Amino acid sequence: MTKMPLGKGLNAGLRAAMEADDKVLIMGEDVGKLGGVFRITDGLQKDFGESRVIDAPLAESGIVGTAVGLAYRGYRPVLEIQFDGFVYPAYDQIVSQVAKLHFRSQGRVKMPIVIRIPFGGGIGAVEHHSESPEGQFALTAGLKVVSCSNANDAYWMIQQAIASDDPVVFMEPKRRYWDQGEVDTTSEPMPLHASSVVREGADATVIAYGPMVKTCLESADAAAEEGTSLEVIDLRTLSPLDLDPVFESVRRTGRAIVVHEAAQTLGLGAEISARITEKCFYSLEAPVIRVTGYDLPYPPSRVEEEYLPGLDRVLEAVDRSLAF
Amino acid sequence: MPDAYVADDPAGAFPLVQLLTPEGERVPHADFAYDGDDDSIRGLYRDLVLSRRIDFEAHALQRHGELGLWAPALGQEAAQIGSGRALRPQDFAFPTYREHGVALCRGVDPALLLGLFRGVELGGWDPAEQGFALYSIVIGAQTLHATGYAMGLTLDGEVGRNDPERDAAVIAYFGDGATSQGDVNEAFDWAAVFNAPVVFFCQNNQYAISASTDRNTRGPIAQRAGGFGFSGIRVDGNDVLACHAVTTAAMEKARNGEGPSLIEAYTYRMGAHTTSDDPSRYRDSAEVETWKLKDPIERVKRYLLLQGTPQSFFDDLDTEADELGKHLRETCKSLPDPDLAALFDHVYVDGSPELMEQKAQYVAYRDSLEPEGSES
Repeated sequence: MTKMPLGKGLNAGLRAAMEADDKVLIMGEDVGKLGGVFRITDGLQKDFGESRVIDAPLAESGIVGTAVGLAYRGYRPVLEIQFDGFVYPAYDQIVSQVAKLHFRSQGRVKMPIVIRIPFGGGIGAVEHHSESPEGQFALTAGLKVVSCSNANDAYWMIQQAIASDDPVVFMEPKRRYWDQGEVDTTSEPMPLHASSVVREGADATVIAYGPMVKTCLESADAAAEEGTSLEVIDLRTLSPLDLDPVFESVRRTGRAIVVHEAAQTLGLGAEISARITEKCFYSLEAPVIRVTGYDLPYPPSRVEEEYLPGLDRVLEAVDRSLAF
Repeated sequence: MPDAYVADDPAGAFPLVQLLTPEGERVPHADFAYDGDDDSIRGLYRDLVLSRRIDFEAHALQRHGELGLWAPALGQEAAQIGSGRALRPQDFAFPTYREHGVALCRGVDPALLLGLFRGVELGGWDPAEQGFALYSIVIGAQTLHATGYAMGLTLDGEVGRNDPERDAAVIAYFGDGATSQGDVNEAFDWAAVFNAPVVFFCQNNQYAISASTDRNTRGPIAQRAGGFGFSGIRVDGNDVLACHAVTTAAMEKARNGEGPSLIEAYTYRMGAHTTSDDPSRYRDSAEVETWKLKDPIERVKRYLLLQGTPQSFFDDLDTEADELGKHLRETCKSLPDPDLAALFDHVYVDGSPELMEQKAQYVAYRDSLEPEGSES
């Protein structure tokens, strides 16, 4: 076990993946000498060279579009989109090309591309640097979408995503990059597309992913002080969803609260809520409640703490569920 | 040079490379020469005739309701065959949805081109096996794929070994309309920055559906390359010898590790954009008539007749084209509808449990509709 911040877990995972397979390339803006604006690729260009850690021209569609060609050629490109709000210029390449080429070619062409996106708010950033676009990729057939919430998952999930023959959109909780955690580099990790019960509880099930997992764990600590026992599930995989642990939990607790930073309408919470209702209808003691960002463009950062789900909003939702 | 050829380049900054006039006369050029003999030219003529036949048959199949749509390449055969025959087996081509002649050059069974337009599949061939990517319908997207593939060739050391049998390059096809797309301009930039072995082959057929070239660009398309740091050239896109010579040189340069080039093949879309289009709403038939005089196939036939090619060559080719037509008609009508259940299996390599659950639901629903004990 080694203690390291989540961002360092990603860095170590990237390094391990590059050592394991020389077809793995890193490409993105400022990923080379600078090591990325968050330093996630720190030191990799120095050790693996400029042909494997490629500083890209400033063009997101170009980053993803050329990666398609590299994947045709047998490479496994790992792309860094510098911030969530900058992914949209690449949207066509991701949704119409990366996601569909395997299907269009009847399985002949593989697109083992990882698109890393630091996402979410809470760092006081300027516009376009705090968004949560994961839902737009999770609803796209052909893409897989995952999000890590801790250093150990960061280390393993990035390696598993790179090893996947399917394209993976890898959502990184940027405000948790500096959170320390234990990383076990020797034990067999859990599968990439599996949800995890990160705290057991009996009174209500709280479902989250990425940056909100920590918020929900803190909420569970606070609730415990008041005598309420919350079970917290880290989804980890957003497409495909792995909801069996959620169903199992909700059948026990009878109550579910889904938490994400992304806006409410048509967010992942809507889909998860629908599925819980389909699968756990007779177990539910209350409607599934969503605690999310509001249906606004991301607000100016001075009010982002009011916009983002926090401990108090999660607990307020728990109270509503219990009181129903 | 006929006026229609210079309308987009009044300053004459990018004179067209031409080696065979519409009258069938070979003309010399200071920098380019066709490197084959008359037998090779007969080979090109055969490809031209067969590719036009693919168009003819596919168009008829669409009119008979066998295809939902067809995108004719009528008039662009020389640009496609001239460039397509300049490729080597180890090269890779990234087409639009109109590169039927290039597909023929890459050895793709022309019948496989019909599946997309019949609505029975979205691809049809193995890109790696043919060195020919799937048709790309989002305009310009494939130019970035081509550039990335070319970057991969460089990383793999497949470039610049002075080994013509092994050194490889990429060709990216696109049209005049695509030059307005961000992806195409990004591809130019990336290719220049990474010195990628890619040839950008623009068929300026003068129309993006209804929008004439001046709605998409001002100034010759070939001029674009200079702004990105590589060279562009304009070629008579209806002259198969010139297209072959210019593409051969550009591919050679790319294979040698000397970076990208842009070729603007100045041609004319003689047919509609697709079978759903009505060009009479946006262009004069007189314009089409002037381009008929520059037909890419007729000029080669004139040349070959002047060289004393026997009539039997043309007769045999007619027979071969008839056989190709029969093959296309028969194969098209026998292409099976896809099995929707099977499509669930090709969304992901590693599968998805929730998608398999939907598949099971679909299959169960479909099977519930089968009449029980039905007799055929």
